[in-house]
Amino acid sequence: MDIIGSFDVKFLQIINEAGVCDAALLPSMEAPDLKKIFETMILVRTFNQRALSLQREGRIGTYASVLGQEASQIGSALALEKDDWIFPSFRESAVLISRGYPMWMLYRYWMGDERGMKAPDDMNIFPMSVPVGTQLPHAVGAAFAMKYRNDRRVAAVYFGDGGSSRGDFHEALNLAGVFKSPVIFLLQNNQWAISVPRARQTAAATLAQRAFGYGIPGIQVDGNDILAVYRATKEAADRARGGEGPTLIECYTYRLDDHTTADDASRYRRKEEVEEWREKEPLLRFRLFLEKKGLRTKEYEEEVAKKALEAVDKEIEKAEKFPPPDPADIIRYTNFELTARQKTELKEFGWEK
Amino acid sequence: MPWTKVYGNKAEFEKHLAGEPGLRGLTYREALLEAASQMLASDPSVFVIGEGVDDSGGVFGTTKGLHQRFGKDRVMDSPLAENAVTGIAVGAAVAGMRPILVHMRVDFMPLTMDQIINHAAKWRYMFGGKLNVPLVIRSIVGRGWGSAAQHSQNLQALFAHIPGLKVVMPSTPFDAKGLLKASVYDGNPVIFIEHRWLYEHMGHVPEESYTVPIGKGIVRRPGKDATVVGISHMVYESMKAAEELMGEGIDCEVIDLRTIRPMDTGLIIESVKKTGRLVVADTGWKDCGPGSEIITRVVEEAFGFLKAPARRVNLPDVPTPASPALEKAYYPGAADIVSAVKKTLGK
Repeated sequence: MDIIGSFDVKFLQIINEAGVCDAALLPSMEAPDLKKIFETMILVRTFNQRALSLQREGRIGTYASVLGQEASQIGSALALEKDDWIFPSFRESAVLISRGYPMWMLYRYWMGDERGMKAPDDMNIFPMSVPVGTQLPHAVGAAFAMKYRNDRRVAAVYFGDGGSSRGDFHEALNLAGVFKSPVIFLLQNNQWAISVPRARQTAAATLAQRAFGYGIPGIQVDGNDILAVYRATKEAADRARGGEGPTLIECYTYRLDDHTTADDASRYRRKEEVEEWREKEPLLRFRLFLEKKGLRTKEYEEEVAKKALEAVDKEIEKAEKFPPPDPADIIRYTNFELTARQKTELKEFGWEK
Repeated sequence: MPWTKVYGNKAEFEKHLAGEPGLRGLTYREALLEAASQMLASDPSVFVIGEGVDDSGGVFGTTKGLHQRFGKDRVMDSPLAENAVTGIAVGAAVAGMRPILVHMRVDFMPLTMDQIINHAAKWRYMFGGKLNVPLVIRSIVGRGWGSAAQHSQNLQALFAHIPGLKVVMPSTPFDAKGLLKASVYDGNPVIFIEHRWLYEHMGHVPEESYTVPIGKGIVRRPGKDATVVGISHMVYESMKAAEELMGEGIDCEVIDLRTIRPMDTGLIIESVKKTGRLVVADTGWKDCGPGSEIITRVVEEAFGFLKAPARRVNLPDVPTPASPALEKAYYPGAADIVSAVKKTLGK
């Protein structure tokens, strides 16, 4: 028998857990760029920690923590151009913050306010998808529109290992391959889909290799290594912009917190497993890396943390002071123009001004 | 107006055409093809996507030749993945395109319900009016040729239940052309349901581009004794029934509903206030269908005007049979409408 095809699954790591880097693979970045990454990581962690506290205090509803996944999210988000399109799932606070999304709006969203997902006009950010995996076809559709208009933008879509078992994932990758759509599939493999472990999602050894079945490139990156994620995303974006089509990037990471604040992960996963991953978390190694480069001092980090806390507190204050929506909003937005029934209901409910 | 008339068959239309040589006749399928063609020519954001839109049949002739004229980038065949193709159309619509997505049979649409109901219909609401989904999904209802249980359903009621969607079911070539354009430029996701038995129907269709407003029904035949609201193919059966009843001295007003959601309540109420009797003839099942909604609205707003209980003409409460003998018995027609109208008159 002849071998008519074979595929290599590549794994990319640039900085290891000890903070030692492979200089040949380092993306070209100056000190301010590296510091910006570090400062974004601290800001995200502060945002996240405060969100969890606010939830415990009953000041926001449910929240999905990003702890442990900062490298996968920030590294990829910073590798994209300003006018590229982002299609996030509900666990992508770090992606949005990296893109400059107002944090008060994110808090507002998690407080239960639709207006928190009305992205500012200069940001091409789709609303977070709470349904799992349904955003993949949307990204392919938007990418189709960009390619059709020849505007050299790319669509980046975020989803998890759980989402990769859904039909949407398979159909979207297949169609993106057929249409050669400029889309990057950023699979956040955090090992757990609520209580379902990665081993129960698929018998495949890696999630990255699924790309080969659809005739598109796939790579696994160390999702806790922010520069590896950055480099892989940048390369995928360059390929997409050059007309070479989609890429699947499996960011191999770990969800250190519960699925959401409504979950208790200790019921289904071992403490030891979590502790092992805590040693590999992304901030530890990036801090070591910066220290080796002489870019991180204790004073610098304290200053960054202080500024982050001040910024986050201001945003929380803004979110909590924001007036509640008008009841007429219930009727106002569903249709492009109000239907006769909607007009009647505005009157009946006494919401018409 | 000549184009508001309903012609029972081609011969009848051609007889009328002979008297008015200035008017142009097109079949329902040609009207749909012309509408798509004109929009593709005038608006680069319009594209057509769906399984088989570029094959030689061209979706029963309604997309025939468009890929040759406008290219495969704008008239695209798609792999067999109804849900993702719908999601792609949703994504493209939000990114500024105006997709015309074709699901050749409405029976394929249960596979796309997640994208239609949970996404397309919700987004404008969920994101405070920031996003619009100007998407049209053309879908076709079959009847006959042994299409059977999984290839001939009438699922308009499923979509009509959902806020945020619009559902149109044109019955004439003029409306098919005008409503397709209105749907593409409506700004909301529109489910556009055609009936295969209408494709050969002819009527007056102006060559220039025009729209027919969504949400407006039309009186096809004025009358004073009973109101018959027909939907899609059942408009023709209603017209036949009205003619037959006229022979017995019963004068029916026939309304073509044209849009299922939002519904033209005013037109129906006005008619029932005049006639006091109501029959609704729909192509689908009875329970929770457009007929239920129409009668409820009349009860809510004009109960005192009803002189007799309202009646519905629908399919039996079972799936479509494949056997020609059973199929013949399955589908209601003019005779059933005649009998329903007579019941409202105590006959």
